[in-house]
Amino acid sequence: MELTGADIFVRCLAEEGVEFVFGYPGGAVLPIYDALYQQDKVQHILVRHEQAATHAADGYARATGRPGVVLVTSGPGATNAVTGIATAYMDSIPMVAFTGQVPTAMIGNDAFQEVDNVGITRPCVKHNFLVKDVKDLAETIKKAFYIATTGRPGPVVVDIPKDISTHKTEYKYPRRISMRSYSPVTRGHPRQIKKAIELMLTAKRPMLYTGGGVVLSNASKSLTEFARKLGYPITNTLMGLGAYPATDRQFLGMLGMHGTYEANMAMHNCDVLIAVGARFDDRVVGNVEKFCPTARIVHIDIDPASISKTVKVDVPIVGPVDQVLKEMLKLLKESGETPDAAAMKAWWKQIEEWRAMDCLKYKQDDEVIKPQYVVETLYKVTGGGAYVTSDVGQHQMFAAQFYKFDQPNRWINSGGLGTMGFGFPAAMGVQFAFPDETVACITGEGSIQMCIQELSTCRQYSLPIKIINLNNGYLGMVRQWQEFFYQGRYAMSYMESLPDFVKLAESYGHVGMQITRPADVEGALKEAMAMKDRLVFMDFLTDKTENVYPMVPAGSGQNEMILV
Amino acid sequence: MRHIISILMENESGALSRVAGLFSARGYNIESLTVATTEDPSLSRMTLVTSGTEDIIEQITKQLNKLIDVVKLMDMYECAHIEREMMLIKVRASDGGRDEVKRLADIFRGRIIDVTSNLFTIELTGTSDKLDSFVDVLEPSDIIEVVRSGVMGIARGEKALRI
Ligand SMILES: Cc1cc2nc3c(=O)[nH]c(=O)nc-3n(C[C@H](O)[C@H](O)[C@H](O)COP(=O)(O)OP(=O)(O)OC[C@H]3O[C@@H](n4cnc5c(N)ncnc54)[C@H](O)[C@@H]3O)c2cc1C
Ligand SMILES: Cc1ncc(C[n+]2csc(CCOP(=O)(O)OP(=O)(O)O)c2C)c(N)n1
Ligand SMILES: [Mg+2]
Repeated sequence: MELTGADIFVRCLAEEGVEFVFGYPGGAVLPIYDALYQQDKVQHILVRHEQAATHAADGYARATGRPGVVLVTSGPGATNAVTGIATAYMDSIPMVAFTGQVPTAMIGNDAFQEVDNVGITRPCVKHNFLVKDVKDLAETIKKAFYIATTGRPGPVVVDIPKDISTHKTEYKYPRRISMRSYSPVTRGHPRQIKKAIELMLTAKRPMLYTGGGVVLSNASKSLTEFARKLGYPITNTLMGLGAYPATDRQFLGMLGMHGTYEANMAMHNCDVLIAVGARFDDRVVGNVEKFCPTARIVHIDIDPASISKTVKVDVPIVGPVDQVLKEMLKLLKESGETPDAAAMKAWWKQIEEWRAMDCLKYKQDDEVIKPQYVVETLYKVTGGGAYVTSDVGQHQMFAAQFYKFDQPNRWINSGGLGTMGFGFPAAMGVQFAFPDETVACITGEGSIQMCIQELSTCRQYSLPIKIINLNNGYLGMVRQWQEFFYQGRYAMSYMESLPDFVKLAESYGHVGMQITRPADVEGALKEAMAMKDRLVFMDFLTDKTENVYPMVPAGSGQNEMILV
Repeated sequence: MRHIISILMENESGALSRVAGLFSARGYNIESLTVATTEDPSLSRMTLVTSGTEDIIEQITKQLNKLIDVVKLMDMYECAHIEREMMLIKVRASDGGRDEVKRLADIFRGRIIDVTSNLFTIELTGTSDKLDSFVDVLEPSDIIEVVRSGVMGIARGEKALRI
């Protein structure tokens, strides 16, 4: 049977098992919206700004492991989506974004709402396509999902000219797809794996440095078993939080710029470093010259380009984390070999001394709410089981430090691009995926205003998100850098003319609360969490000048931390 | 260190811009770049001359391989290979200078492919070095126009870049 491109589009999404499309209509995609209107397999969610559509799809993907899907119109719809596409790209999140385009005959004529979307998004996608013939549409969509979700995941953009949606062709969805130019690695090299195990077992001061790749590879269970089998200390990057249970004794907390003293010291002093699905980002490494000076390094990563990009490694293993760790566990069990017990005892003794510094301690105050205290209390009140999204800034770091994630896919934040405005729409995506779970968005008064319009979307779909606004009246992270590195010249980091967030929330039909005293924090959080079917905007007026500690200043060695 | 990288890629409209974009986005340099379809019309072959430290070259080849349109590539530097570049050069050749230019062209095995009463246009193939040398021996003020194709490379012997 012949179908229009728009009908093919909808059928393909249904074939891919897509539950939600986050989007916003416009001229170039009207035929597609018309087709969506006439079916009920795929649900379209109407956001209030295309950036939010991409973040919502992204949040959905991070929480479920399934690709997030976006649909926006040509021109401004597409350009508004770019920030969210780039955000997903930097954190390797599977996403397929469909953008409308002017009719093929008009491309290149500076037509109404035309932008070269393939050109604009090229540097921030895993791949993109311009569909030039309706006969290619189904196969292109299949390829888009395949590329987005396999290997190192990432966003794929499919640009669909308006006439392609109305042209007709025979519909057949390809069952499988194979591409001669794309074949992601599915197994680590056995010889490299063996070499890595041998090196690991010689370690006197081993350290596991694990990242977002563990979450993306669904390898949390394997990692936990592997780490426990060896008894090695383990740290997570910001992107890896939850991949190993944070409440476990072997866990040293996050590492890096705002990581714990013990994690960074263990990194600096280790003799064998095992990097698992982590990409040696500069917020982790600091000064490359001073990084892990005494360590030999094993690196497991599915992307060959991640290996030895910034830090040279000794034993690279290209492959999926889960498969490689399972293989390693098998080898360990077969050989029966175990780490050097005496050396491990001494190493742990040293680590416990570092841990005893209690680097995250902060002074509780009777008058002023400490942001750390709010996160700690949220952790307590939610029993550690919430999905937590965050925006970007000090509140993000406090969330990472004080909410102890024992499960993967629960901590959802923009690490690589650091996109303010991400947290709230991302929480919408999570809440759609898990309507009965608690979804909390930890944000700041700066960040929340970057996608505040989504309060309207939440009203339309009755999303009971809990917004935890750590309102310090400052672009706090900027203020902190200005205090430390610009002699307190606070250029443009004070937020004036803030709205009354309580009234604002209420005007959208939500519940608003303002909390000003430490004594009210716990009660307010409990009250909000009890409102299972309402969005609650909690405006916590927090200490205006609190800083995030520890801090490794950019470009320093990991052992050169500013402590409280 | 100078490297010649040969790339087989899907003959798709955006493929060239992906390679060019990669180089500008990551700050790698391109000395020359040539591209044309192969005997299989669905594949293009690109030859790219670049330079950098070993680490940079390693990243360049990895990043190129990561592009979805790239099917296969080869760093010619890692094997015995032949490189060729073509140059078309228009030089002033009048009166006494005429014989001299002709003689130099002969020495470099160049062919004169267009003649006027006071100009020669010469076609020359060889390594980039050879082309450079030819340009060097000519009187700079006599050179009117130079067109170079950019380098192409192919491995010696049985080794081949094919799918
Ligand atoms: C304000 C701010 C402060 C920050 N401070 C810190 C900080 O203190 N500490 C910190 O750690 N980060 C911090 N970051 C985040 C930082 O910028 C990076 O985003 C983060 O460190 C990268 O984490 P990652 O190395 O786990 O890599 P990711 O970006 O999660 O990359 C995953 C890696 O795993 C690989 N991979 C993907 N899938 C698989 C698979 N299936 N199998 C194998 N490998 C796979 C990928 O190729 C990639 O190399 C901060 C960000 C902001 C905005
Ligand atoms: C879109 C965007 N613009 C600018 C920045 C730079 N930036 C990083 S943190 C920050 C301040 C965030 O302020 P707020 O949301 O109030 O959080 P706080 O640090 O006060 O907790 C800024 C401006 C950014 N990360 N993203
Ligand atoms: Mg703030």
